This record gives sequence, structure tokens and C-alpha cells, in this order.
Amino acid sequence: MASIAAVAAESAEATLNSCLVCHGDAARAALPNVPALGAQPFDYLTIQLYMFREKMRTVEPMTAMLAGMKDDDLKRLAAAIVKLPAPAPNSEPADAARIERAKALVVQHRCNFCHNRDYSGQQNVPRLAGQREDYLLKALRDYKSNARRGYDATMDDVLYPLTDADFQDLAHFLSRQR
Amino acid sequence: MKTSCAVFTRLLLLAGLCAFPFATVYAQTAEATKPIPPMQPVPSAVPGRPDVPNAEVEKQLRNTPPLPFPVAEDKLPLGDLKVPKGFKVEVYTSGIANARSMRMGDKGTLFVSNRLLDKVWAVVDKNGKRENKVIAAGLDRPNGLAFHQGTLYIAEGTKISKMENIEDNLDNPPKPVVIYSDFLNHQSHGWKFMGLGPDNKLYVNVGSPCNICEPPETNGQLRRINLDGTGAEVVVRGVRNSVGFDWHPVSKELYFTDNGRDWLSEDLPNDELNRVTKQGQHFGFPYCHQGNFTDREMGWGRTCDEFEKPAALLGPHVAALGMRFYTGKMFPAEYQNGIFIARHGSWNKSKKLGGDIIYVTLNKDGSVKSFKPFLTGFLQNNGYVGRPVDVLVMKDGSLLISDDHAGAVYRVSYGAATKVAAR
Repeated sequence: MASIAAVAAESAEATLNSCLVCHGDAARAALPNVPALGAQPFDYLTIQLYMFREKMRTVEPMTAMLAGMKDDDLKRLAAAIVKLPAPAPNSEPADAARIERAKALVVQHRCNFCHNRDYSGQQNVPRLAGQREDYLLKALRDYKSNARRGYDATMDDVLYPLTDADFQDLAHFLSRQR
Repeated sequence: MKTSCAVFTRLLLLAGLCAFPFATVYAQTAEATKPIPPMQPVPSAVPGRPDVPNAEVEKQLRNTPPLPFPVAEDKLPLGDLKVPKGFKVEVYTSGIANARSMRMGDKGTLFVSNRLLDKVWAVVDKNGKRENKVIAAGLDRPNGLAFHQGTLYIAEGTKISKMENIEDNLDNPPKPVVIYSDFLNHQSHGWKFMGLGPDNKLYVNVGSPCNICEPPETNGQLRRINLDGTGAEVVVRGVRNSVGFDWHPVSKELYFTDNGRDWLSEDLPNDELNRVTKQGQHFGFPYCHQGNFTDREMGWGRTCDEFEKPAALLGPHVAALGMRFYTGKMFPAEYQNGIFIARHGSWNKSKKLGGDIIYVTLNKDGSVKSFKPFLTGFLQNNGYVGRPVDVLVMKDGSLLISDDHAGAVYRVSYGAATKVAAR
């Protein structure tokens, strides 16, 4: 896959098109385990792009895609992604018992302290509302197992007492939030 | 999994001791040096997250890290920084994103580490002009640094490595060689602070992998190892997370800062300055905070009398990090052998506190007499224009201060000497 640097001369909006091949948009479904990008906070996006470029997060093809991009390119790309609309929530039928369990977990562990009460995210903290269920579950599992390092240690700290069953309930619930 | 309490009890019985277990430290060390399986921490019954009355207060209780880019030198908040009369503060260097711990090489190279990022930097002074070079990258939270006879030691999340003859090879640095890796892999308090003791051993904090929990036997401690990575042993226990320590220049006693737990109260607990007078001492975490009250979750059935008392209480949630005894000749005599401490600044407090350098005066017997603000101004309008992390006394007696939010290093000098290193 061509590095984004190869198309750096293009506008960030044009570059964004190659992102959406995998990440999806209103017209295209994302690939399994690949997050929707719409309405994510600028700081979160910038930090993640930086971590991929610096190989602090290793998910192919992200590192290859970002190789050679300058700091300002990362910021321009993040600024273009910010303009994408929020993803449509998961429309599959919800399991009422799982939703109730997840709501209790959210309260107990104060997920919305940082992610906002509507799960829209802020600054370095991602939007969760309407995110793909499979990606949310993968992210929680990867934070817990250290397969994914956070920019800081907050998620590791918060997930310390949580179990895989909790993660499944949380992903089920959060993917259905608008 | 066994609790540390249960293990202590077992070892006490084996050793036939009734006092707190100085002798048992060695038995625990033998355990600690065995390979350790991946961590499966025991969840605490209550995760320590409080009810907060409204969304506005919630917003003031967020721990927001800096972006991975340094602030341009002409945008640094130099004008906000205040020092006592006769002192002067200037920018020593800028452009080092997430500048954390600092160590000085024998030939005058300043080494600066990262916590959120992956690099270690060397700052070389050429006729008053500073040049910054990356000497190692792709590291895992390389927060801890120590320097001994030409070799730089780097403590990452799960290992300690070394770079020999580093000052002669700054433009072609060797790859760090691992000398020790007996650490659990955890993000929470997983970064390390490191220092070289007067016994020429590497001292390293092994933080508690949580806000509040019963840490595994291998954690919640200061540990020391020989320079070749052998001979690991526990120095003290009951440490939540220390990100700064130093040795008294006369008594050679170890003093360390420790960060108190989060989410207990706006005003409690205080961060601690602790003084080690005997190997194997236990400083209270997770059972007792600030030497005078038991934890609301972990403290039941315990008393603070079981543990060492702090030497000083440094303020609630202030994140007291780097500290150094002042051994230079530049500052007035009253600063001799006292301690400069960087307070990174609170996040788990709606009315922010810290974001400064304080100066601690000691009594002749090594106890704390008092402390007062020394450099202030990183805290403006209940937000931070910078976050001080580490302090370092230069050979000329001036004081360097790292700032991990702006990615800069400041220098404080006194009197006529303020002119010497002007850029």
C-alpha cells in the first residue's frame, strides 16, 4: 500500500479518502475491528496518528500509511477527519439485560467522567457513542492485555478490576448510543 | 493470589521475628528475582471512583496529557514564572517534547527522558548555545535515567538498559543493552524513576499498578540492583508511585516523594516526602495515607502505627515528582543541603494546586523543618501553562527544571552568576 507521504501533495481531504477505504463512511461499511472515525476529537486523532507513525502503536497498515508524514501533516489530516459526521449507532436489536449491566458499569467506573456523559469524547479521550461493537470490544481487550498501550495509563488504571464479560456488555451498550 | 500481608506473615513466622521484617527483605528478594508470569491482578472490591455532584465539576477532574509536540521557544510562558529576589529564570533549552527526568554526564551533557513518548535526548552546551539530539528512540516509557562513569542507564516500563561511553558517541550512539528486566508489564504507574545511590547501585521505583489496590508482591516498592543487573533487592515497601528520590549529601539517607491515591477527596490525601532510615521499611500504601489515616477501602483492620510516618506532607494531589538536595555553591547559604521538589500539579482536584518548585529546609537531625514555594507560575487561572517534572543541580550551582507539557528545560541562577549562561 502506498504511503500517504506519496500523496502528501494532495489536500488532507483527498488523503482522507484512502483512510475511508478501511474505516468506512456513510456509504461504505468499515472492515471488521476497524473503528469509525467520525466526530472523534482532534487531540485524540492527532495523538493516535502520531503513535502509529512513531510505532508506539503497531497496527498494520497504519504505520506504513503514515510513514514520512510530518507533524503538521498529521495535524492537517486530523483536522480533516474531525469534520466527518458521527457514525450511525448499531441498529442490531439490543439485549436489555446487557444494556442494564453496562449502564451500571458505566456509573460504577465513571466512564463518562472523561468520555463525557453522552460518550462524545473530548481532547485526548475518544468518542465511544455509535462506535463499532467489535472494535470497542477489541480495544478494551487490548488495553487490558497490554497489546495496545495507551498514550497515558488511564485506561489500564480504569480497566484494572473489569472482566471480559464486562467488556462485552460495555461494547454492546456503547455501540448503540447515539 | 496471596496478599502481601499473608506473605509477610509467613516470612515472619519462618524468620522467627516479631518486629517488622528487615531480615525478611532478603527472602523476598529471592522470590522477586525469579521469572514472573504475566500479571493477573486481584481486583479491589471497590474501584475508588467517587460520586461527583455535577458535570461541571467532572470536567475539572480530568487528567489531560500534552500533545506529543513541544511548545515553540517564543511561546513558552517565561514571563509567568516567578522566583525569589536575586534569582533569575531563563529557558535552557526547548523542543524536547514531554521532557521528563534529567541527568548530567561527567562531560557536561544533559540527558532528558520521556514518559509518554519513546525517546531519550542529549543536550550539549556549545558556548552557551544548546543543541538537542535524540540518542535513543523506540523505547517503552523511558522515564528513568542514571549516569555512572561514562555510562547512561535507562529505565523503561519493563527493563533497564545501558549505553556505554555515551558522551563520546552522541552522534553515533550505541544501541541500549538490557541489563535487567524483572518487572511486570503494566501501564498504570508502570514507568520508572531511577537514580544512582551512594553505594553505586541503581535504585528504581516499581510502582503500584493501580490507583488503589493490594499491589502484587513485586510492586509498590523501591528496589536496588547492581550496575550489572545482578543482586536485586527490595529497599522499601508500601510505596504507591515514587517519581523522585535523592540521598542526603551528609547522612547519605534516601529521601523519596510518593504520590497519594486519587478519588478520595478534594483535599486528601497529601503526597508524601519520605525518609528511609532502615532497609525494609513500609510506608503504608495501600493501607495508610499520609501517616495518619487508613484507606476507606483497603485500610479496614489496619492502623497507621504499623507503618513509617512521612517526613513531610506536600499537599493534596499535587503530584510531587522530581527532587534533589541542593549541593551547589551559587545559591545563598540557607539553601545548602535542603531539597528542591517539583510539584507537577494536581489533576484530581477541581481547585488546582502545585505546578511549582518548592524548597524544603531540614533540621540538623534530618527531619523536615519547613517548606516554601521557590518557583511558581506554571499554574494560571486554574490551568497549567507548564508542568514541572524534575530538578537538577548543575556543576555551577544553578538549577534546571524540566517541563513535560511545554517540552522545555528552564534554568534558575542567582546573583552575578545569572549572566554566565545567558544565551
